Amino acid sequence: MRHIVSILLENESGALSRVAGLFSARAYNIQSLTVAPTEDSSLSRMTIVTSGSDEVIEQILKQLNKLIDVVKVVLLTDGDHIERELMLVKTAARGALREEVTRLCGIFRGHVLDVTENTYTIEVTGSGAKLDAFLRALGTDNILEVVRTGVSGVGRGDTALRP
Amino acid sequence: MELSGSEIVVECLKREAVEYVFGYPGGAVLPLYDAFNLQDTVKHILVRHEQGATHAADGYARATGRPGVVLVTSGPGVTNAVTGIATAYMDSIPMVILTGQVPTSVIGSDAFQEVDSVGITRPCVKHNFLVKDVADLAATIKKAFYIATSGRPGPVVVDIPKDVLIARSEFRYPDRVDMRSYRPVDKGHPGQIRKAVELILSARRPMIYSGGGVVLDNAAEPFTRVCRMLGYPVTNTLMGLGGYPATDRQFVGMLGMHGTYEANMAMHHCDVLIAIGARFDDRVTGNIEKFCPYAKIVHVDIDPASISKTVRVDIPIVGSVRNVMAQMVGLIEEARAAGRGPDAQALGEWWQQIEEWRATQCLAYKRDPELIKPQYVIEQLYEATGGDAYITSDVGQHQMWAAQYYKFDQPNRWINSGGLGTMGFGLPAAIGTQLAFPKETVACVTGEASFIMCIQELSTALQYGLPIKIVLLNNRYMGMVRQWQEFFYQKRYAMSYMEALPDFVRLAEAFGHVGRRIERPGDVRGALDEALAMKDRLVLLDFVTDQTENVYPMIPAGAGQNEMILV
Repeated sequence: MRHIVSILLENESGALSRVAGLFSARAYNIQSLTVAPTEDSSLSRMTIVTSGSDEVIEQILKQLNKLIDVVKVVLLTDGDHIERELMLVKTAARGALREEVTRLCGIFRGHVLDVTENTYTIEVTGSGAKLDAFLRALGTDNILEVVRTGVSGVGRGDTALRP
Repeated sequence: MELSGSEIVVECLKREAVEYVFGYPGGAVLPLYDAFNLQDTVKHILVRHEQGATHAADGYARATGRPGVVLVTSGPGVTNAVTGIATAYMDSIPMVILTGQVPTSVIGSDAFQEVDSVGITRPCVKHNFLVKDVADLAATIKKAFYIATSGRPGPVVVDIPKDVLIARSEFRYPDRVDMRSYRPVDKGHPGQIRKAVELILSARRPMIYSGGGVVLDNAAEPFTRVCRMLGYPVTNTLMGLGGYPATDRQFVGMLGMHGTYEANMAMHHCDVLIAIGARFDDRVTGNIEKFCPYAKIVHVDIDPASISKTVRVDIPIVGSVRNVMAQMVGLIEEARAAGRGPDAQALGEWWQQIEEWRATQCLAYKRDPELIKPQYVIEQLYEATGGDAYITSDVGQHQMWAAQYYKFDQPNRWINSGGLGTMGFGLPAAIGTQLAFPKETVACVTGEASFIMCIQELSTALQYGLPIKIVLLNNRYMGMVRQWQEFFYQKRYAMSYMEALPDFVRLAEAFGHVGRRIERPGDVRGALDEALAMKDRLVLLDFVTDQTENVYPMIPAGAGQNEMILV
């Protein structure tokens, strides 16, 4: 099962490598990982997309909690949550393709950030599935470059992940 | 008061009441060694290899319950220490390892004797720090001791660049540590404990299985009290030996791969398993699919991640063993006062069954008039020391025999590398133990293969006048490897024969100690008595033992606890 883990951790050098090292040492899977400081510069917020049986996910949460730099851990997929990913795509855009790419960009609510005679660079935000769909619609032959941030997520409702 | 980084380190160690630091000097830590030299409150023990420093500090910690402290230089000093750090990590031993580092200005430039110490040790420490500013040094060392000794203990590395040792800063040692990201649970959840006690009292075939957590948490006394109140059978893991008195009738021996038949059979057939400070290690459970098929399981552990890691449990209790045991005593007394307790008839029948298993005498072995049986040496060591010695061991057959035949009635007396299984552990661990208890008998039970791995520490033992007794069970094989090759590789003894062994007697003498070679069973006891009488000398007893003896009983890999090979 796919799961999203949200982690609040001390913004210390080496904290990222502790988390990444834990996943590799215990053979847990990482599909994506994003991390950046929060409004409180002493804290970082990390989102990890992983997968595993219920037992494995339980161990992942416990092992993360055991890391000294980790302040809080929550399994977003336990409840209602929002997940978003940002993607930048550089695509070929010549002749008839220019019109078609612009149209697709509109359908997927993307923005064209950069235009050359031959290419468009487009920003799209959404769930991982939406980004996949956009790439399929563009067609692999036209795609020159793809950069995805990995999933960021937050729980719905009033509760907040605070230290 | 403004002090240099080096002076700050020494001052911090004094505040932590550190008796001994086990270490080895080198370029990056020269300023610190200079500061050590100018005081004599904290004594520095010079080892002969950094692995020895870590094992010695580890032995000191296991024997005393206090954190062991290590000091090594950068680069190879750190990499040599890694085996000892990993050994302590696997067995949850509190240690603080201070490592020198190249100056901050050249970190990352592949400077002389530079390694990424924090990166290299990260997977085998509870936590580690790189101190980049002398102003953070004291607070970091305070945190290191706090983290190493609280919660589930473990080793903590503090990496200190040379310029930080030289720079000066105002010294202030914090009184306490408060970390928002680290607040170990101490007391168990009262509701869970109540539920657990109800289940425990309703058992018809109960079994108590305890591990190193009882020893580490200094909980042998309340744990033993709970066991006696219940009258249930008790087994200890390899790490838990001494947590419950081995000579007590309720004790059914160690469990697991080389545990007793009665302990493993009782595990297999019990209906309630009470696991205390143990982690369901694969050497204990055997085939996990076949483990305790009839049991509801209560598990008490300080580390939530140990609970339901390999075996699902029914009633988890996170908390310090010591506190949870104290909480349980009250509840059991309450239940008793209300006339509730274990079903006496069911318990009687269960004990009768256990006594039948015990009657197989799974640890009996055939004596030989010509050949020295290794088991016999341990039995004689037990008798000659009155069961009162500190026993360190290395890893292999001799370790299992020591665990099986030396009956530990007290905690902290059995000092061995259980989790990582580190050969070379025994001698340096004995050094740390003997320093902690200069008047007590400390014996290192070892094999000729393990012993050679840290043999250089004989020199350390001479320097500090440590009268360790080395009981070398010399079978000219890597015995446990040979045993597995005999059983599972059709007797193809690949690389397990120790050719070209040294003359251990002359070796001991060359290091300035006493050596004896014992070749006949009739001479075993006399040699032990003679060695124990030499109160101020290290004595190496080279027992030439039966080459083909195996450790029995045994649960072969993949088998269940009820599928032991007896002999």
